[in-house]
Order: sequence, then C-alpha cells, then structure tokens
Amino acid sequence: MQYTFQFGQITRYLPDLLAGALISLEIAFVCFWGALLIGLLGAMALHFGGVWTRRVARAYVACFTNTPGLVQIYFIYFALPEFGILFSSLQAVIIGITLNAGGYLTLILKSGFLSVHRNELDAAEVMGMSRLQLVRYIIVPHIARVLFPPISNKFILMVLGTAVAGVFGVEDLMGRTINANAESFRAIELLSVTACLYVAMTILATLVLAAVSLLCFGRRRSSI
Amino acid sequence: MWARLADEAPRFFTYYNGIFLLQAMGATLLLSLGGCLAGSFFGLLLVLLRKTKGALFLVPRALAWGFVEFFRRVPPLVVLLLAFFASNLVKMDVSLFLVALVALTFVATAFMAEIIRAGIEGVHPNQWDSAATMNFGYLRTMLTIILPQAWKIILPPAFSFFLLFVKDTAFASQLGTLELTYAGKVLTSRGFTAVLSYGSILVLYFALSYPLARFGAWLEDRLAPSGNH
Amino acid sequence: MPHLEITNLDAAYKSQPVLSGVSLSVEKGEVVSLIGPSGSGKSTLLRVLVGLLPPRKGTVVLDGTPVDYSDQRSLRALRDRCAIVFQQFNLFRNMDVLRNVTIAPVKIKKRDRREVEAEAEALLAKVGLGDKLRAYPSELSGGQQQRVAIARALALRPEILLLDEVTSALDPELVQEVLDIIRLLVGEGMTMLVVSHEMGFVREVSSRVALMSAGAIVEIGSPAQIFDAPKTERAKDFVAKILRAH
Ligand SMILES: Nc1ncnc2c1ncn2[C@@H]1O[C@H](COP(=O)(O)OP(=O)(O)OP(=O)(O)O)[C@@H](O)[C@H]1O
Ligand SMILES: [Mg+2]
Repeated sequence: MQYTFQFGQITRYLPDLLAGALISLEIAFVCFWGALLIGLLGAMALHFGGVWTRRVARAYVACFTNTPGLVQIYFIYFALPEFGILFSSLQAVIIGITLNAGGYLTLILKSGFLSVHRNELDAAEVMGMSRLQLVRYIIVPHIARVLFPPISNKFILMVLGTAVAGVFGVEDLMGRTINANAESFRAIELLSVTACLYVAMTILATLVLAAVSLLCFGRRRSSI
Repeated sequence: MWARLADEAPRFFTYYNGIFLLQAMGATLLLSLGGCLAGSFFGLLLVLLRKTKGALFLVPRALAWGFVEFFRRVPPLVVLLLAFFASNLVKMDVSLFLVALVALTFVATAFMAEIIRAGIEGVHPNQWDSAATMNFGYLRTMLTIILPQAWKIILPPAFSFFLLFVKDTAFASQLGTLELTYAGKVLTSRGFTAVLSYGSILVLYFALSYPLARFGAWLEDRLAPSGNH
Repeated sequence: MPHLEITNLDAAYKSQPVLSGVSLSVEKGEVVSLIGPSGSGKSTLLRVLVGLLPPRKGTVVLDGTPVDYSDQRSLRALRDRCAIVFQQFNLFRNMDVLRNVTIAPVKIKKRDRREVEAEAEALLAKVGLGDKLRAYPSELSGGQQQRVAIARALALRPEILLLDEVTSALDPELVQEVLDIIRLLVGEGMTMLVVSHEMGFVREVSSRVALMSAGAIVEIGSPAQIFDAPKTERAKDFVAKILRAH
C-alpha cells in the first residue's frame, strides 16, 4: 500500500476541528476552576483541619493522584450507573477531570501554604499589622506569587488532559478528530492538524498566563 | 446492585482473571519504566544538543528545541494514535506494545529533556568557567562535572514525572495495547460488571503508584537538604 | 620580548562596555598587580585574557604569538600555558580535593596519573592541605578552598598565573597563609598578573602596579611610584582613599 498524504482532503474538517478546540478549552476552563476550588478546600483541610478532616483529604488526594484520570472516568461513566448514578459522557468527563486535577492542585496549594515562613509573619506582626492585614497584604500575595507558576503549568497540562473527552464521544477537539477519521480515513493528516491545534492552544494559554503574571507580579514566571 | 456484585464476585476473583490482571499490570509497569528510561536517555541527548554553542550546531539545536516544545504540548493520546496509524504504513509487523512504547518514549523524551535541562542549568555557571579555562571540552565538562552535580536536582522532578507518566500509559489502551486499562475493558466485554472490572483496575493502579509516590516523597526529602547548590 | 602583551583591548558584557583600550605588557618573571576600585574591570580583564569573554577589539600576544580568541586551537594553546585562580575558587563540587587538582593534568594533558598524583600531593602539602586530599569542597573552609584552587592552577604547570583577589573571601588569619604561598611562587620566578586589595602585599611583591579605573589602566609604574608619588588625579584619589582606609 502506498500512502500519499492528502492534506487537501481534510481542510473541510478544519472549521469543525477549530470549534472542537474551543470546546476543549471550555472544558479545561470549567474543570480548572472546579479543581482549583477543590484544591483550595483540600489544602485548607490538610493545613488547618482536625485529624479526621486531614485523613479524608489525604485519602482523596491519594486515590485520585495514584490512578489514571482515564480509568477514573471509565468508572464514573460505566460503573456508577450500576448504583443508579447516571451521567452524560460530557458530565462524566468534566467530573472526572475536575476531581483528578483537584487532587493534584491540593498538593500544589499545600506546598504554597507551607512556603509561608513563620519569621515573615513575625516581622509583619512587629510592623503592627492586624491579623486581617497580615492575610491581605502578606500571606495572600506571597502564596499567589509562589503558586502562580505551578498552577499555570497545571492548567496547561489540563488543556492536554481534556483530550480524554474524545474517548467518551464528547465533541471536543479529540472527539471530532476521531469522528472525522471514521468518515475520511485520513488519520495521519487529521491527527497532525489536531496535534498542531493542541500546540497552538497551549501556546496561547502560555502567552495569556505570562501576561497575567506580568500584570500581577511584574515578572514572567511561568515555565511552560 | 449489591446482590449482583456478591453474585458475580466468585466468578470474577478467579485464578485466571488474577493472572490476566497481573500480566496487564506488568505491561503497564514495563511501558512506564521502558518509556521513562528511554525518554531519559533520548532526553539527555537532546539536552546535550541544546546546550551546544556556536553556529555549527545551530540546526540540531533548533530541532531539539522544536521537538521538546512540540511533544510537551500534544496530548499523549494524539501521539499514541499518530504512532499507531504511522505503524500501519510501514509494512513491518510491529506489536501494539512496541508502538505504544515508542509513542510514549517520544512524550517522555520531551518532558525529561526539559527536566534535565533545568537540572543542568541549576549547576553554578562558574563550573563551566573553571572547566573551560582548564581546556575541558564540551562533552567532558558535561559528563564529568555538570551531570554529576545536576543529578541531585534532576532526580526529584524526574521521579514526579515518572509517577504522572505511569498514569499516561493508560492511553495505550486506546490502541488496543494490552495493559492494565485495556484489561479492564476486556473484563467488561466479557460480561463482568464495570464496578468490579474498573474497580479492580483502579485498585491495581493504586497498588503500583502509591508505594512509588511514597518513595518519591522520601527521595525528595533525602536529596533536598544535602544538595549543596 | 614580553611574555604577555596586551594592546588596546576592548570588551563588553552584552552591550555594556567594560574595558576600553587596555594596554599592558608583562615581562617573563614579572609580577604585575592590578588595583582599582570595585567594578573597574579587573576581573573582566582576567576573564578576557583566558578567553571566557571574547574581546571586542585589541590584541593579546603570548610569547610573540598573537592569540585568536575565535579559534579553538589558539585558545587551547593559550589556556595550556596560562592558568587562572578565580575570585570564588570555582572548585569542582563533585570531586574531592585530590581529583580537583589531578583531573586536568591527567585527562587533558595526558600525563601519567601516578606522577601527577605524587606532584599534587606535594603541592597540596605545600599549601598546608596534605591531610585534606579526600575532602570535598563543601567540607572545606573558604581559605582551604582557595588554597586548593591555587594548587589546582599550579598542577597545570602554567607559565603565567592569573590570580583574582585570592584573599578577598578569606578571614584575616587565612589571608596570611595564602599570601605566603604567593610569595613563594614569586620567589620561583613565575610570571603573574595579580588582582588584589591587599596593598601591603601588592607593594611587597609587585614588580609593577597598574591602577584601573572605569575599564582602563590610568597609571602604571613601580609600587613606590604608584603609592608614594602618583601622577594622575585618579591615582592620587585612589591612593588617598586606601591610605585613609588603613
Ligand atoms: N556577568 C556580567 N554581566 C554584565 N556585567 C558585568 C558582569 N560581570 C561584571 N560586569 C560589570 O562589569 C564591570 C566590571 O566588573 P569586574 O567584575 O571586572 O570589576 P572588578 O574590578 O573585578 O570589581 P571587584 O573589585 O568588585 O571584583 C562592572 O561594572 C560590572 O557591573
Ligand atoms: Mg573582581
């Protein structure tokens, strides 16, 4: 068999793929904020919680960071219905990605909390700051600065992670690529275009995050 | 539901299924270790190219950079599928396991290259100066002075990457490579309930990954204070 | 013929010019000290000489042969004869003291390992570190590291030794140890270019003293001339400042 590359044939899928890319970004965005919220709660539980809260948070993190997101979604989508809990594929994917990323963000945020040093706080207290001022002017900016690079990094990995949705028939970039392939059999051309779209999406994300970092902290810090 | 689970359990937890799952787990471990080790090797080669100086290596340097940037920004699933369809083009009979291993090695190479590069840049630049004034060549400086100091910086993030990578190998199931996740699909298609099949897959991944994660945390603790950089 | 002749040297970091029109000629066996305020370009001059920072303009002639800093062969030949001890020692942190000293002679100069090791042990004994052969740089004090760095440079058997403020990072009691070693070398007739803040020492060992300011040599002459009868305003200023500081 002689395979000839025919990129011309797949140009008609391009608008479709671009729309899919937008959906991928939307999924990443929604899941990211959900995961960040979970991460915040989880990190606070680990940092300030009682014995049992800490145990629960630790168990959550251990379970979701030590198993693949793909299998977690398989479980949510195929196994939970047997207990009467039914989700659409998009719901299952969003829940899966969010819970999975929430575990990792818990760890990231916890390390940010740990980076606040006692003596900085003492110094601020000596300067006569109230508890609230301390949090507002010292702790939050410090944590934000420390955490911005790893969190941006995580966001970019999450953009790539949304490709898992395609496995469940969601019409994101990956899903549309799979559909288009079923129709046209131009797999390599399609996947190459898709790969480039993912590269473009993450570069876009990197640039936006760098701009945000520049605005907030006055220096470019994100690493990917 | 619970009744059905109880009913099915004896049929599920059989010697035969156990061996099947253990073999699949072995394949997952092999994909992870193989991909990560090969990725470390090729990643190191890319870094050696990238850290060269002078016009002579301009093109290889740019290619190495492009490779790393590209494969860090493409989902592993896309790389796996690309490798799968590309392997259909060559008329050789390659196993799905090998296809998955090669694809995952590409991914690991890109990420490891970045980790190794950061480690090398973490070594104080005056070490390069010293070596240069003593007429050390580029490779000799790298191998005898820089890398022996960089590995302490490289190891913790490399291990963290390895842990993430174990979970990325799950996507190999989409090609039909028999590894842990695919084994779960096989079991459901044999009529076992998804709760038991995917549940046990999750447990097995956990059994693989959790001890590694603990070891990684210990490793980081060990290396952090003693690193004299 | 001068051992080392620098003519009209210009150098810059990125776009910031640091050296402009530096000329200096050093005879064989001569010790020339470079003094001058912080940031005047003393370290930079040494870095340019050993090819860590390519010059923008000017020539360096070693023993009658011009050095071409863009040519690896020429650079190698230069570094083969010219050793430098850095302000921050720059020992290889992954190697013990003995290996720091022997690695270049054995691996680069391809000399016999046994012979080099014997020589290194003698050198290290000479700098008072005979008992630290197996120690790593992180286990040594600043003064000890500095002395290892000197032994390492000497093991290369250089014709010309460049020393960059080898005492500035040391405690006062260690300064004497290091200066004693350098005095010893001066006695052996090695050509040296020494950057130093130790004015007493500079006065004692230098054949000539060059005063640098803002990237140029503003005055050069015998120690007596520079310290007791400086001609230029800049030199008078600097000498007055040091005298006040002491
Ligand atoms: N790596 C560098 N990049 C940019 N500028 C540099 C660099 N190193 C030195 N400079 C600048 O070059 C000038 C000369 O520095 P140099 O280190 O040669 O001074 P010095 O005379 O050795 O000073 P000191 O006595 O403090 O060691 C200074 O203005 C310094 O800011
Ligand atoms: Mg200096």
